[in-house]
Amino acid sequence: MGIKIISPGLLTTVQDLGRFGYMDSGFSPCGAMDSFSAKLANILVDNSEYDGVLEMTMLGITAQFDEDNIIAITGAGFEPKINGITVPMNTAVRINAGDILDCGPAKTGCRGYLSVAGGFDIPLVMGSMSTNLKCKIGGYQGRKLVAGDVIPLRYPQDRLYAMERRKIDMKTSCDSIKTIHVILGPQDDYFSDMGKETFFSEIYKVTAESDRMGIKLDGAPVGAVNGVDIISDGIALGSVQIPSSGKPIIMMADRQTTGGYAKIATVITSDIPLLAQMRPGDALKFEAVDMEYARNRIKADIRILNKLKDDIIRTDTLLRYV
Amino acid sequence: MKDVVFLPVGDSAISVEFGRNIDSKINKRIRSLSDSLRFKPVRGVTECVPTFRSLLVCYNPEQTGYDTLVRKLKKRLSSIGDTNTNTKRVFHIPVCYGGEFGEDIGFVSSHTGLSENEIIDLHTGRDYLIFMLGFLPGFAYLGDMDSRLFTPRLSNPRTSIPAGSVGIGGEQTGIYPLASPGGWQLIGRTPVRPYDPDRESPILYAAGDYVRFFAVCREEYDIIESKVKDGSYICNITETTE
Repeated sequence: MGIKIISPGLLTTVQDLGRFGYMDSGFSPCGAMDSFSAKLANILVDNSEYDGVLEMTMLGITAQFDEDNIIAITGAGFEPKINGITVPMNTAVRINAGDILDCGPAKTGCRGYLSVAGGFDIPLVMGSMSTNLKCKIGGYQGRKLVAGDVIPLRYPQDRLYAMERRKIDMKTSCDSIKTIHVILGPQDDYFSDMGKETFFSEIYKVTAESDRMGIKLDGAPVGAVNGVDIISDGIALGSVQIPSSGKPIIMMADRQTTGGYAKIATVITSDIPLLAQMRPGDALKFEAVDMEYARNRIKADIRILNKLKDDIIRTDTLLRYV
Repeated sequence: MKDVVFLPVGDSAISVEFGRNIDSKINKRIRSLSDSLRFKPVRGVTECVPTFRSLLVCYNPEQTGYDTLVRKLKKRLSSIGDTNTNTKRVFHIPVCYGGEFGEDIGFVSSHTGLSENEIIDLHTGRDYLIFMLGFLPGFAYLGDMDSRLFTPRLSNPRTSIPAGSVGIGGEQTGIYPLASPGGWQLIGRTPVRPYDPDRESPILYAAGDYVRFFAVCREEYDIIESKVKDGSYICNITETTE
């Protein structure tokens, strides 16, 4: 009972919103890189936002379902097909027993999220389904999926109410240079005025060494006043480390919990999904914002998710299905 | 409390800095705040990461904000004072020094001018405070190694070091909890697993505990290792009141 992986894609792992409370023992939180899209995928099929999804990187899975179910795919611009027929993204879609889902390559973006109504039957490790690749724990046997794996499903649903409204239009920005908003600090005083000027005026490119641990950038080196070594401290999601090369590294879901490089700034929570969707070669620039800007962006994100929930459960829905 | 500095780390974390240098007293104050937040949680706080001289407090920005949390942390700091216990918990860790497990002990010996036995005596001769855990699950940053043992890291880090390896890197010493790349000089190996995902508590010790190494021969190593594997080995822990 489950979905059988025919082709696993480049890097497909089970992720939820993360494994929290163990950073003080050295465990990265892990979790979906683009948590907004992961939440969206779950809401579309009536799961908890905290439920596990499959995170697919650049190339998606091909898999056969052995039971009727409802699925949704969000995030990067995949063109998924069921038995060869294209199905929409960001929409709850019916899939029948025996059907083959082929997600194919992402045309835009980097990471896609597949949810199944009723959820994946993945045991919690330290409170989370997220795969921790370094420690080989969580997710499906602590590793990325390979051909032949059968991912068990919890309570497959062959129908959900209001199917016609389980969809959302996601506007994707067409800017060739993405703006990433940051809050200065905690160690911005390690950098010269010129260094900060460089950081905020230059364009940086995502390198191929970027992964779930960090987005490594190439571009003008950021100058420090007196070296970038600090007494090791904790690293938050989105921390922008400047190593001795001067080229920024943005710390992501699988980051080391502690580190000894100065952090010039921290990417705001709402821009992490944008970073998660960037591919090698994509360009970005940093812009400083204040806490209030960050708070308003979070409110806007919550509004989008709540509106989708409200759209699905409307009064007429309830009338019709009572 | 006046010397405590609060710094925003984006919109989802706060760095609470207690001092500028590595100091066991500062470290202890950090842990009392961290323990307090663990046992009496504050709304929205998802993680506390105690490090040498600061505490990273991560929060869910949908549940709380910077100003609210700084206010609550200040209040908490003034209420906990120095009420933390003074119990010293020491984990006694067996190490098989030299030979195939400690292939760099010869280099450490030539660098420091100490014999292998002197290295072992110095390395096992004191309790090391665990200042923090990080880098890898269960990786303990140990403080105050005897300065006579200081040895620079390898110029070419190894791509894989077996779990349990005990090494010296500059002024630090420690145990690799997982097989991992690394640049420390390897002087021995312990059969004890600081991190074991199948154990009831996967991480053996916490920041604030102490580690004391003791030397075992290869036969003892093998016996302990087989006990660790079948789950019957119990690490010797002593508790004293300071």
